[in-house]
Amino acid sequence: MADSAAVDEHSAQARQELDSAVVRFAGDSGDGMQLTGSQFTLTAALAGNDLATFPDFPAEIRAPVGTTFGVSAFQINFGARTIKTSGDLLDVLVAMNPAALITNVADLKPGGICIVDAGAFNERNLVKAGYKTNPLEDGSLADNMRLVKIDMSRLTLEAVKPFGLSQKEALRSKNMWALGLVYWMYGRDRQATVKWLESRFRGKDGILGANVAALNAGHAFGETAEMPAEMAAFTVPAAPIPPGLYRTVTGTDAMALGLVAGTRLAGLRMCFCSYPITPASSLLHALAPLKEYDVLTFQAEDEIAAVAAAIGASYAGSLGITSSSGPGVALKGEAIGLAIAVELPLIVVNAQRAGPSTGMPTKTEQSDLYQAVYGRNGDAPVCVLAVSSPSDSFEVGMEAVRIATKYMTPVIVLTDGYLVNAAEPWRLPDAAKLKPIDVAFRTEAEGFHPFLRDQATLARPWVKPGTPDLIHRIGGLEKSYDTGHISYMPANHQRMTDARINKVLGIANDIPEQAVDNGAAGGRLAVVGWGSTYGPISRAVDNLRLAGKDVSHIHLRHIWPLARNLGALLGSYAKVLVPEMNKGQLLTVLRSEFLLPAEGLNKVTGKPFLIAEIEAAITRLLGE
Amino acid sequence: MNVQTPPVKLQAKDYATDQEVRWCPGCGDYAILKAVQRTLAELQVPREKTVFVSGIGCAARFPYYMETYGFHTIHGRASAIATGVKLANPELDVWVVGGDGDTLSIGGNHTLHLLRRNVDVQLLLFNNEIYGLTKGQYSPTSRPGTLSPSTPYGSVESPINAAQFALGAGGRFVARSSDILQKHLPEVLKRAHAHRGASLVEILQNCIVYNDGAFSHFTDKGVQADMQVHVEHGKPLIFGANADKGLRLSADGLALEVAKVGEGGVAKEEIVVHDEKNRTLAFLLAQMQPPSFPVAMGVLYCDPAPSYDALVWAQAETAKKKNGDPDLAKLLKRGHTWTVA
Repeated sequence: MADSAAVDEHSAQARQELDSAVVRFAGDSGDGMQLTGSQFTLTAALAGNDLATFPDFPAEIRAPVGTTFGVSAFQINFGARTIKTSGDLLDVLVAMNPAALITNVADLKPGGICIVDAGAFNERNLVKAGYKTNPLEDGSLADNMRLVKIDMSRLTLEAVKPFGLSQKEALRSKNMWALGLVYWMYGRDRQATVKWLESRFRGKDGILGANVAALNAGHAFGETAEMPAEMAAFTVPAAPIPPGLYRTVTGTDAMALGLVAGTRLAGLRMCFCSYPITPASSLLHALAPLKEYDVLTFQAEDEIAAVAAAIGASYAGSLGITSSSGPGVALKGEAIGLAIAVELPLIVVNAQRAGPSTGMPTKTEQSDLYQAVYGRNGDAPVCVLAVSSPSDSFEVGMEAVRIATKYMTPVIVLTDGYLVNAAEPWRLPDAAKLKPIDVAFRTEAEGFHPFLRDQATLARPWVKPGTPDLIHRIGGLEKSYDTGHISYMPANHQRMTDARINKVLGIANDIPEQAVDNGAAGGRLAVVGWGSTYGPISRAVDNLRLAGKDVSHIHLRHIWPLARNLGALLGSYAKVLVPEMNKGQLLTVLRSEFLLPAEGLNKVTGKPFLIAEIEAAITRLLGE
Repeated sequence: MNVQTPPVKLQAKDYATDQEVRWCPGCGDYAILKAVQRTLAELQVPREKTVFVSGIGCAARFPYYMETYGFHTIHGRASAIATGVKLANPELDVWVVGGDGDTLSIGGNHTLHLLRRNVDVQLLLFNNEIYGLTKGQYSPTSRPGTLSPSTPYGSVESPINAAQFALGAGGRFVARSSDILQKHLPEVLKRAHAHRGASLVEILQNCIVYNDGAFSHFTDKGVQADMQVHVEHGKPLIFGANADKGLRLSADGLALEVAKVGEGGVAKEEIVVHDEKNRTLAFLLAQMQPPSFPVAMGVLYCDPAPSYDALVWAQAETAKKKNGDPDLAKLLKRGHTWTVA
């Protein structure tokens, strides 16, 4: 036997060892595919794999059963090596009904395994999915696909019979049957999922029993049943991961933790004011229970009230934070202008989604960069930061708190629909070693006026109402640079506008110089990205560098102001490629700031870039 | 025994800033500013703990003239900003000032929710039934037929009644007064200040430039007594220069009607006694309009309930007691963790 293959003691089949694998669970939105995927993720993490996930769910809460627009999917890429994306093409697709098959089968790798619940391929479901004949029978599916037809519905019903559930209730355990089978395929331990089921269905013995039975039955089916030739068993060893304590986080989890850490390091109370919107609402849900961490959450009557209340909270000496998605941020624009004019700290988290207007709320895009950098009336500068991976949200959240309070400015944090929902393992930082954020409220009356600027940062003092002897008024009208009173003097407006802009530009002196993520500083081609394109760019550049290509990856966290060395750094490459999930927004900024002949690679399908798409563009630009 | 210096007693002028007041000469806002400053002096409220928040409009200039903390914000959003201020620091004494456009048009939604949530602020609604700062367009409180630059043939819209709106929104304190009622207004303001929760005071205010005399048919000295009823909790709703008119329930009991009291009229016992905790009565009083009815002035409704900010903070305190001291390291480790050796 080869060293790379191991034998499962319970199985006659040899397990093939893999470097990584991409699995997608797809089913009806009522089939529990997101839970199935989360459990598979947790188990993969516990097995020591590195991983990345991509939940893809429909806009409808309960779309009609069996329809293509009701399909919910969860994809995971896990491996024995560093995993940077949720994967291009699928090694395994689990399709729980015809609609899930028709909407996902095109993403299967040539030779990939497709496991279907044959029991769900009845005439009604076939019609709903748009199949004229049964694809499992009519030979219409690709020849090189390894199709595994199992009547999971029937097998689940049989497995859960002892629990006396109704047929409808019993079929709800179908996802656990499928999960049990896929656990068997990858030689995975079921214990963590059993524990999770026990806590989820505490007090509901029948449902708990059925789910555990279905999980075990799926697993047992793999072990004991005579598997079709198409089926195979694998092992994916642990990845070389740095030692430490880990947990999985979604971008939302990590952003919530970063904002809490930041406000606590600054000794501030957080007032998080938001209005429900997809895909941003989960941040409100994550923060609402954290009351003992001095987090107050406020679900406002609308987007404008949310940002306005956040500004009011900052005025009163807490840190006001609001979150939304593009359409909501548009509504907040005027109030963000107020925070700029009165120079109060404010954080606006934008979970970008496909636009314009309502667009595709559950699909991801990066098309609000113009809105963040330029989208207000007047010369109205703000600091803009971008998150590049789920766990990176933690760092960016803290950085937003630091900049907003130090510079008395709004900070817009750009994340997106992919990042907020995607999960990855995260090595926990040592909380005791996080750097404190200095925030000093002014109490000294001598020489005070509300727009007196710190010479180094150009920030004005932060005063809590209630402070004796510092009574003053602020507002959106232009103020005198010298007294803080209302002023319409022409030269004063010029001076105040310059001061506001220079204050924000000055942040560039307080952030790290732009580093090259992978590759050399200078060369034939730099691929410049921001936000959630980090994964695919990173893997594509890595792959091509291993193949000997002269290409480097540069990824921006600071969108505005840009890092002070960025112009020179980009100028040291013969060509610059900017892949974005928009029509070229960072590209415009880079061209305009640095007069660079950069090129864009643009994709707006609501789906993340594939590694192959970026590799192709790099290869084309290198002329090879 | 220590000799303690008595605290300096603040005068009305101590609540005024050194900024030049920039309303049109003769504007009703001057009288309201004076009444507010006098009220605060009477109450001796600490200036540094008081915050005036305003939106945009003539009335919204108010904070610049008050020697307290002040925040002149954006159009319609003062109530939302004030909600944030109270959330962050419920100890602050917050006043919101806005006109009819600010409070009932562009900011109508926030007014509704401020009242519904019962945020502990005093909301002063300067109602002059016109847009002043933008030069005279009709407003959401303008009466049908109002001629303005944007309604040259007269407005065809039905106006909002501010007090009814506030009651409908679930406001727990709704009062009305007028810029020229210099004795009445401070008393209403004191009641509003004492009320814990959102208190709405509609102040009818004359715009001398764009809507002069809009209220003169019930505010002029000669007609005031007959065209206004000043309501007081526990007292019969009697008005008129000779105190010979009153409000009684109509025969079907679902409406008020004006009745002559005393000789040749009804017995005093038939006149409704004002009960400021009776929301139905408050609705009836709020909707009375000349010429068939007098305008009701005073505290139409006051029935306190716990304020939003107090409830939010109480909930946070309970959670703190239950969940123990915050520990960032513990928070980071929440959920399923594993160790990689």
